Amino acid sequence: MIDFISADQATLDGLTRKDTRSGFGQGLLEVGQANDKVVALCADLTGSLKMNAFQDAFPHRFKQAGIAEANMMGVAAGMTIGGLIPFTGTFANFSTGRVYDQIRQSVAYSGKNVKICASHCGLTLGEDGATHQILEDVGMMKMLPHMTVIHTCDYEQTRNATHAITAHEGPVYFRFGRPKVPIITDADTPFIIGKARRVMTGSDVTIVTNGHIVWNSILAARTLAAEGISVDLIDMHTIKPLDEAALIESVGRTNCVVSAEEHQRNGGLGESVAACLSRHMPTPQRYVAVDDQFGESGTPAQLLEKYGLGPDAIAAACREVIAVKQGLPA
Amino acid sequence: MPSSPSLQDLASQVRRDIVRMVHGASSGHPGGSLGCTDFLVKLYFEEMHINPGQWSMDGRGEDLFFLSNGHISPVWYSVLSRRGYFDIAELATFRKLNSRLQGHPATEEGLPGIRVASGSLGQGLSVACGAAQAKKLNGETDRWVYTLHGDGELQEGQIWEAALYAAHHGIDNLISFVDYNGQQIDGAVDSVMSLGDLAAKWRAFGWIVLECHGHDFGELDQAFKTARGSAGQGKPVVVLMRTDMGRGVDFMEGTHKWHGVAPDDGQLENALGQLTSTLSDY
Repeated sequence: MIDFISADQATLDGLTRKDTRSGFGQGLLEVGQANDKVVALCADLTGSLKMNAFQDAFPHRFKQAGIAEANMMGVAAGMTIGGLIPFTGTFANFSTGRVYDQIRQSVAYSGKNVKICASHCGLTLGEDGATHQILEDVGMMKMLPHMTVIHTCDYEQTRNATHAITAHEGPVYFRFGRPKVPIITDADTPFIIGKARRVMTGSDVTIVTNGHIVWNSILAARTLAAEGISVDLIDMHTIKPLDEAALIESVGRTNCVVSAEEHQRNGGLGESVAACLSRHMPTPQRYVAVDDQFGESGTPAQLLEKYGLGPDAIAAACREVIAVKQGLPA
Repeated sequence: MPSSPSLQDLASQVRRDIVRMVHGASSGHPGGSLGCTDFLVKLYFEEMHINPGQWSMDGRGEDLFFLSNGHISPVWYSVLSRRGYFDIAELATFRKLNSRLQGHPATEEGLPGIRVASGSLGQGLSVACGAAQAKKLNGETDRWVYTLHGDGELQEGQIWEAALYAAHHGIDNLISFVDYNGQQIDGAVDSVMSLGDLAAKWRAFGWIVLECHGHDFGELDQAFKTARGSAGQGKPVVVLMRTDMGRGVDFMEGTHKWHGVAPDDGQLENALGQLTSTLSDY
């Protein structure tokens, strides 16, 4: 992994950019090749989810579910009874809010080994607007007992996570997205569920983030470094189970934290961070998240900026929480 | 099974179990349970290829059954225990704290015989479709997946999503039964939300439709034979099974009022007086 603080702009500009959903599509093909128990279902979004390669390679293990997501979740639950490992594919909105009761009863409460693969999460779905930009899905899924919740930041991490959730026994909510973002993780580093990834080590403030906002947090850390502020940056790709040890270790050194995520503040990663720290190590925290609003149409970059999830907003939150820590007026 | 009791004797005992369980819990759903007793006794004691003594979640090599209308759990629990999935003494724990016999069927406590939770209606047909497809993918071509649904439950949209799916994918190892008693909580199905021409609806969705009387073991026997005889035609089968809610207890019969009400002490005594004890009470 490159040193994101010392790297020059040309190095950053030269990073390969790919969409996380393509990482899922490649990962699904690979786990399909390695394990004949892997089956895939899709609700009429095969191209959007990049599931075509799996469909072409294993047509008998791919089941088109049509625009009927509730049924798809139930079918997936039933397939696990025969020992299969079903992956459902549709947008994050239709993977959660539309089918919450099906997931709750037939998947989570029934302890079924279903992998709910949810693309086009959050604001960065972009121009389709708020009907499709779900910002509540992490909250809904993390509240369900037995459910593991994962949100990945780049192509390679998403590809590697697909392998990890295949090996994991139990229901998983796997959240990824639409836009092309820089590849910042190592292709050869295995994804470990529940084990946070340290992006950079610092001493003044901890940023806990995941998904597309990891990149914006890196950019924020570069800005802050120029001001002499050192950031400890944690990619908390697994929201549940939360890597509490990594969080507490970092905050124990920095004594303040910023959570940054493409999700509502209510129910998101920041809330999980606060719940952990309030029990173990009460700590000043600032939230970079959507503030109880629906999104709107726009480009991903425009939307992240408007809704306060851009690098400048993250850097400002860091300065503010450091001031609180130091007892200064924020 | 050597010297096995008759279906009639089993059904009488199961009906006693149902009213005693619901009375003991002071809650539960006797009406639909009594109405589906004959069907479930026939299914578990004569029709399904199962191995109750060596229960496994994956059910490899076995036929599977999914109760989609999970509120009639009393009849299912009674039949499962009488068939040997667990000790009949456990029926006394129905709906009580720390029991494996939850108000609605669940896998969380590990009760043998149950493969998915049900209770929130309309989900069982989808699960059965997945289980039936898994049977095919696993090469189990000679095994069947059965389901039971309430007629009121067919008002749930997910049922019709699953009906489309099963026909589209040619899931012809699936046999679904509808408890066609014409009653639901708020009254007659026709007054709450009419199902219209139900047979025509299923046919239009691409299913083979059979009809039978759910309290006539001869008709049930023929329905099972005919349903399985349709294997390999690429179509799922639904059996519209005419039943009487509350069957076997005169004051519960034919009315939605006993959908989800427990009998009091006097009503229990009255009911048990109409049902001969044929095996032994738990």
